[in-house]
Amino acid sequence: MATLVLATHSISPAARFKDAATVAFIALLLGIPMIGLTTVDQGGALRIATRWPTLFAFVAAAFAGRLVLRYAIDQFKARKLAHERSAAATAAADAVADSRRAGRPLLTWVGWAALGVALSLPVFFADNRYVVDTATTVLIYVMLGWGLNVVVGLAGLLDLGYVAFYAVGAYTYGILGTQFGWGFWQALPVAGAMAATFGIILGWPTLRLRGDYLAIVTLGFGEIIRVILVNWTELSGGPNGIASIPRPSFFGLELKPPGDDPTFASFFGLEYSPSQRIIFLYYLILALALITNVFVSRMRKLPIGRAWEAMREDEIACKAMGINARNVKLSAFAIGAMLGGFAGVFFAARMGFISPESFTFSESAIILAIVVLGGMGSQLGVVLASLVLVLLPELGRDFAEYRMLLFGAAMVLIMVWKPGGILAHREPTMRYVADGEKR
Amino acid sequence: MALALQQLINGLTLGAVYGLIAIGYTMVYGIIGMINFAHGDIYMVSAFIAVTVFTLLATFGISSVPLALLLVLIVAVLFTSVYGWTVERLAYRPLRGATRLAPLISAIGMSIFLQNMVQLTQGARVKPIPPVLVGGIDLLTVDGFTVRLAYTQILIVIVTVALMAGFTWLITRTSFGRQQRSCEQDRTMTALLGINVDRTISLTFMLGAALAAVAGVMVTVYYGVVDFFIGFVAGIKAFTAAVLGGIGSLPGAMLGGLLIGLIEAFWAAYLSAEYKDVATFSILILVLMFRPSGLLGRPEVEKV
Repeated sequence: MATLVLATHSISPAARFKDAATVAFIALLLGIPMIGLTTVDQGGALRIATRWPTLFAFVAAAFAGRLVLRYAIDQFKARKLAHERSAAATAAADAVADSRRAGRPLLTWVGWAALGVALSLPVFFADNRYVVDTATTVLIYVMLGWGLNVVVGLAGLLDLGYVAFYAVGAYTYGILGTQFGWGFWQALPVAGAMAATFGIILGWPTLRLRGDYLAIVTLGFGEIIRVILVNWTELSGGPNGIASIPRPSFFGLELKPPGDDPTFASFFGLEYSPSQRIIFLYYLILALALITNVFVSRMRKLPIGRAWEAMREDEIACKAMGINARNVKLSAFAIGAMLGGFAGVFFAARMGFISPESFTFSESAIILAIVVLGGMGSQLGVVLASLVLVLLPELGRDFAEYRMLLFGAAMVLIMVWKPGGILAHREPTMRYVADGEKR
Repeated sequence: MALALQQLINGLTLGAVYGLIAIGYTMVYGIIGMINFAHGDIYMVSAFIAVTVFTLLATFGISSVPLALLLVLIVAVLFTSVYGWTVERLAYRPLRGATRLAPLISAIGMSIFLQNMVQLTQGARVKPIPPVLVGGIDLLTVDGFTVRLAYTQILIVIVTVALMAGFTWLITRTSFGRQQRSCEQDRTMTALLGINVDRTISLTFMLGAALAAVAGVMVTVYYGVVDFFIGFVAGIKAFTAAVLGGIGSLPGAMLGGLLIGLIEAFWAAYLSAEYKDVATFSILILVLMFRPSGLLGRPEVEKV
């Protein structure tokens, strides 16, 4: 590795230009069929249209970009090499250990600071509906991320159909709320139990499967649920979905304009304003997410949580130690699904309208991306990744048509830059500490 | 009976296309052990290239069908394999040796990127092309129902069989095939023996993309319409086919593709067209429950 870096350090300008020219040539090949040529509909028949200037700009950008990138990478590698040489290997190892020890309290502080920001956000942005709404969306994804984290991050079971449980939760509340007149708080535990049941239904046949087989089966399961929701019109309303789902109440007090029943505003002697409901929903999902967080953190310290992490690391060793693999996996599926179901109930209550459109595979992909980008198993990483993935498209609203393009590119770039996730965390929650050793 | 025969023909045609795409999944999985989620979108890109080239040929007034088909196939295969190479180089090669999930996420990102790129550059609307190959052979008529074997269906089956034969030869008889198989078994050892592993993996991606390109051209000729979303569904079906046949096994991918095509055609004809995807996935789950390594896959031996 070292010799390779030295060799690249002394690259001649000619070689750099040749390298960039190669990249530009590939960009040309990629660009011709997509950017250079296109077909436009003209009077029912397709006709060729050309965009050579755009193609030329694209190729030139690839050439210049490659030159700059290559130079930056070489500089970075050379500096890193020099840095490594100056520091002795043992000292470096100590430094890593030190930073790791110092890093944990820092992260804890970041976590508390994030909590403080989350709690005080509506106070500062009470008038700004957009900010509170976006923050609510972020928190839904945080909660979904924490739920999926149990399955993927802790138990190591790759689930590509997590959105199915989200949908089960949302539809359970949608049906109970509109057809049986149930309230949010009554439906919440039922929907959670329903989603957990579906988690076990999915988990049971897939117990023997590993890795990617499990991934495709969970993906198929997610699609099955979606297709059923689209086609079983009597139950789910089909593609039209379910509308006018009841809103959650604050201990029986509705958040709506003053009427006959006591409302939230009249009970507390406040003047009614629509933003009260927005802020109430925000605090509701914040509370649900925090309960999820505390619940999962406590689970991790229980024997079952340690068994999840052990199962992720080595299934055979776990079985040899007498851990019941079936129960461990099923409990991870059930608990992850239950948390997804809770998030689904909240989603249905917030939107007041659900349809199969909201539960497509891309939603599963985004939730999985949050868990993996955050660094599997890291609770705080999920928060950071949700912020990135929700705010990125929001910030890109000005150039709306490019936002999903940038979203995809960002997913690739973050992974290439930090393959372990933003906060890589694969250490066991519990650690054996021998007597007399300092913790 | 006549309907069954017709569905058999349709199912085999569809299955041949799935099989071609599935080979790309199964080869990539065999060699670097990852699901190339962007593979379905590579296939979609090739379908768009095919539409562009067909239109271009019509503009130049090339009306000979075999010549047009041949030109479209060559151009689509060339450009699409460049896409396959680039995807591997940008999104997967930097992640070699990372955790198993990292390349999966970058693959999903790549898939989103490709879909939106095509949507932006080629437009979001469905693109129809005039029929390239019309007509067919009427096989038999029972009670006014005519079983028809379209020329496009014959073309798809012939091309698939020829490609499979060529491909089997490439993998089992040539030195590239040996390198590819040895990379599948042990990449470190292969590198120690002086084989350029990165180049072999790149070539594998290009070959997979080339097969997807053929599938893309065939589907464009068969259905006559493409849009930027076709990659997702076809990709999932083809991956299901690869898993069903036993991932890592080339005949398995083809067999899985044919089975998925047949299941879909018969289910849609006799039971319900809406639930045909449910049928596909349910059968996949059943097969995996009783034969977790697929139909033709080797059972994986777990070592401690």
